[in-house]
Amino acid sequence: MEKTNMANEDPAILTKALESLLVEKGLVTSGRIDEIVKSYEEDIGPMRGAQVVAKAWVDPEYKARLLVDGRSAIAEFGFTDPHGAELVVTENTDDVHNMVVCTLCSCYPWAVLGLPPAWYKSFAYRSRAVSEPRTVLKEFGLELPESTEVRVLDSNSDIRYMVLPKRPAGTDGMSEEELAGIVTRDSMIGVGEAVCP
Amino acid sequence: MDGVHDMGGMHGFGPIERDELSYHDEWEARVHGISNAMAAPGGGRFSLESLDPAEYLGSSYYTRWLLARINTLLAAGTITQQEFDAAVAKYRANPDSEFPSDDETAYKEAQEAVRERRKKAGDPTFPPGSGSGSSERSLEAKLGVGDQVVAKTIHPDGHTRLPRYVRGRAGEVIRIYRPQGFQDDEPLSDHSGPQPMYAVRFDGKELWGDQAEANSSVVLDMWESYLT
Repeated sequence: MEKTNMANEDPAILTKALESLLVEKGLVTSGRIDEIVKSYEEDIGPMRGAQVVAKAWVDPEYKARLLVDGRSAIAEFGFTDPHGAELVVTENTDDVHNMVVCTLCSCYPWAVLGLPPAWYKSFAYRSRAVSEPRTVLKEFGLELPESTEVRVLDSNSDIRYMVLPKRPAGTDGMSEEELAGIVTRDSMIGVGEAVCP
Repeated sequence: MDGVHDMGGMHGFGPIERDELSYHDEWEARVHGISNAMAAPGGGRFSLESLDPAEYLGSSYYTRWLLARINTLLAAGTITQQEFDAAVAKYRANPDSEFPSDDETAYKEAQEAVRERRKKAGDPTFPPGSGSGSSERSLEAKLGVGDQVVAKTIHPDGHTRLPRYVRGRAGEVIRIYRPQGFQDDEPLSDHSGPQPMYAVRFDGKELWGDQAEANSSVVLDMWESYLT
């Protein structure tokens, strides 16, 4: 049998070969893989984080719990990380603007934001976010005054980070549900802000 | 290891292309599912970093996951080269070839074995949700908020979570986290014992000198043994 040349093989075929052997050996089941794929398609995504942010905006006690212990606070919604990872939520203010990156791999708060978009995993974002955060934010359309510290959170351990964006002005009359609708994924990564419609 | 994966501050990757997709093909979702469901060690971060540098830079995100996983499973003997080659040939000849059926009993046993191994290794995040347990709280943090620290200068050839750009740089402890399992030099991704963990803020100027952007900083998670 010819040794597989992985670089030239269709990854779809390699994946099928890998899954079939692992299933055969009882190290995985296709049923479990189906469940995981489905859960990220249907249940786990940035709408979770948006619910958490909206609640923090309207409920100061919840916000306090969220900032002290993110993992416990999101568990109140039934959201948990598949690996039990710690979740740290950092609040954006006029003084400090937080943004999240993972320079070593692509760590991302799956439990509240789902799977990361391709740009978050790109070499350009991973390399540049720490050394030129203001330039990166500008590319995302966000210009911040020099009086605001731009603080980059490099997720180098198993702790996951989510940003609590500033509640935009003019949203006083909005319900929690309506507020959740204006929280964007980018604002929870910290490359954008929530905007009043 | 000082590999190409350690990208913080590197130049030359150009502007950020705003590709919003998480997956570009169906097999990528399968690879993600396999990686999360698989009850066998291998394919973790160290295997990703151990890919040939040109291969790492030349492959898509999920291709790297796929190759790293196959490489480690082959190296560990969990899958033999021969059976892998045979499976590839089979699905290349006919992608709709017969697929083995799930063995729930064997899978449960394999998951139990993984749990046991991680428990033995002292992984504080296992089982999931146990990270706030009382035993690890007793691990006393030697440093306090406001303490000035310096990240160690190290160049291990094994796995480390201490990025190059911060080694030897001075920062300040801004928060103390719950202890976290130490991960360095753990090729099979089992955690060794937990250590106190700190959020350390490094000023942009300390990291990037005159090239630093105005009023910028980076916060990293620092296991206690990373700091002096």
